[in-house]
Amino acid sequence: MKTDIKLAGVGGQGILSIATVIGQAATAAGLHLKQAEVHGMSQRGGDVQSDLRLSTDPIHSDLIPQGGADMILSMEPMEALRYLPYLGPEGTVVTSSKPFVNIPDYPNEIALQEELDALPRMTKMDIDAVAKDLMAPRSANMVLLGMAARHLAILSPDDLRAAIRTVFGRKGEKVVEDNLKAFDAGYEGL
Amino acid sequence: MKGKRLLLGDEAIALGALHAGLSGVYAYPGTPSTEITEYIQGDALARERGVRSRWCTNEKTAMEAALGMSYAGKRALVCMKHVGMNVCADAFVNAGITGVKGGLVVVAADDPSMHSSQNEQDSRFYGKFALIPILEPSDQQECYDMMADAFRLSEEVRLPVLVRMVTRLAHSRAAVEVGEPLPQNGLAPDSERGRWVLLPGNAKRQYAALIAKQPELLQRSVDSSHNVLEHRGSALGVIACGIAYNYVREALPQEVSILKVSQYPLPESLVRELAGASQEILVVEDGQPFAEEQVRGLLGPEYPVSGRLDGRLPRTGELNPDNVAVALGEPAGAVHAPAHSLAPRPPQLCQGCGHRDVYTALNQVLADYPTARVFGDIGCYTLGALPPFRAIDSCVDMGASITMAKGAADAGVHPAVAVIGDSTFTHSGMTSLLDAVNDNAAITVILSDNLTTAMTGGQDSAGTHKFEAICLALGVEREHLHVVVPLPKNMEEITRIIREETEYLGVSVIIPQRECMQTLARKNRQKKAAQ
Repeated sequence: MKTDIKLAGVGGQGILSIATVIGQAATAAGLHLKQAEVHGMSQRGGDVQSDLRLSTDPIHSDLIPQGGADMILSMEPMEALRYLPYLGPEGTVVTSSKPFVNIPDYPNEIALQEELDALPRMTKMDIDAVAKDLMAPRSANMVLLGMAARHLAILSPDDLRAAIRTVFGRKGEKVVEDNLKAFDAGYEGL
Repeated sequence: MKGKRLLLGDEAIALGALHAGLSGVYAYPGTPSTEITEYIQGDALARERGVRSRWCTNEKTAMEAALGMSYAGKRALVCMKHVGMNVCADAFVNAGITGVKGGLVVVAADDPSMHSSQNEQDSRFYGKFALIPILEPSDQQECYDMMADAFRLSEEVRLPVLVRMVTRLAHSRAAVEVGEPLPQNGLAPDSERGRWVLLPGNAKRQYAALIAKQPELLQRSVDSSHNVLEHRGSALGVIACGIAYNYVREALPQEVSILKVSQYPLPESLVRELAGASQEILVVEDGQPFAEEQVRGLLGPEYPVSGRLDGRLPRTGELNPDNVAVALGEPAGAVHAPAHSLAPRPPQLCQGCGHRDVYTALNQVLADYPTARVFGDIGCYTLGALPPFRAIDSCVDMGASITMAKGAADAGVHPAVAVIGDSTFTHSGMTSLLDAVNDNAAITVILSDNLTTAMTGGQDSAGTHKFEAICLALGVEREHLHVVVPLPKNMEEITRIIREETEYLGVSVIIPQRECMQTLARKNRQKKAAQ
């Protein structure tokens, strides 16, 4: 079994933390893993993406081929659409619904939401609002991971919860609890 | 110590070097190589062993310091991005002539597709140019494993060894099985002066000795466990270099004969063997057609060879599983068309960044000087070329801002303004400034100091708190040297100074000085966490 995830967002939104948690869970579950990140110039408020590949068998390429991703997991709706050519025939898009507008020519929002809604397998949520309601505004990325957990057969929600504890453990119990709360809210679709 | 660890390719290089008994890493930050040195700086074993790891002023000082450590018998590592090879080339090529004592490994991280670079030059040409062995790992495990091999090889053949990385390997994470650390070498300075004093008489002897070593280096490549010929009886034979091997395997599992090349000189007899067993050869390599040109020469014009030179693979840009699959006749391709609701989202200067205030002021003043030209340099502030600022007219190489401004001023351009960051200035701008001062060039230098090497993530900058002293010592006149704080509230003062200095027909330096927002935020977070 293999799962290829295209992680997307805007520099500073915390996509690498999502990758770290999934990576930790995959390692603990004994899966093979490759995770290609973007460092350097692209991080300054520009689009960022990371290719995350999990498999029970050895993985060759660090990059996901076009038409190969099982999931596009995005912190931002337009960034989810950017990687559509990578989405596989049965692939799912899991995304934040709230645009992050830091460019003058951001596309028409209604058209953008319609294009997302037209996808066969797509789930979106205003993860920032959910995280804010939970009094954990910095945990929006874990809400998104919770949403993704519904569609990740290769890892169980408990694998991911354990990984959240490990990854955020050194930041203190409050941070761990906030992130778990956010993850559960995303998972339950609240 | 032993066990599996999740590591970036860069981190695997770092840990592999540490476990090979490293005594010092010498580097200047540069994407995608920065994480190698950062890993060593944060590693407990490195601290315990006293491994030297302070950032160097530039790649040339790094290369020379490493050569000195090698001379003293210890194992040294030099890391840089590909264009850093241009900066250290003098020392690098001559280290091939002197040879080494302690193992000396040079890691060059190439950036095909120019994700964060000005070109996509292929560092393997430098290795061939210097006539030294090159290793090119294909995955993170090989990054770790090859470092011990590289140091051993370096000491056995008494030459520097070049390790060639590419962005996708440097910045991709995978589990790596790590072993036990080897002991460090003891102090044992070389005393063969004839090797190290490159007067013509010695240099001729050393060069002849280097040439005489070439058959041995070739034989070592042929025998190397890093070069593997996988016969599968196919008409097509694929030569896959470094990371290209992964893309070939991704597209065509188990169906094609592959020569996996991860050590150079190119193993000629293995290439001939593959060619003899196949009807055509496809060379798959990231970067420039380094191996392909050699394979074409080796097999002659009659043998069908394809790759980047004939367009079967793109001539520019990095390899990926898609373009390699197409070259192998196995295109998978997209099932979803590109979306319509899309706009590019380029990187930009952070909100609150001091460079923003610098460009605001500069644009305000230069609006009155239609003939003005602004020569930029390498760093975050290069983003000043993009909207909303569109404030610079050039960005070429580290330090070029000042010297290009001087040359343009010599030709009659006025005002000629240079914009250079603090770390780039100490890297390669100080000599430029000395030229300008000595010739009394009519240029205005804006040395935008954010107290760090920001673009690569906030590494220490070599000249912090020394810039006024450096400029004065280089001969900049006191009355034409100004330090300002780039904040909107100081805009009137800053624009006044820029205006006055552009009118002055000599060298002036304005130093806008304010800490990078990113390093400031990081320090505040650390302070908060400590409370």
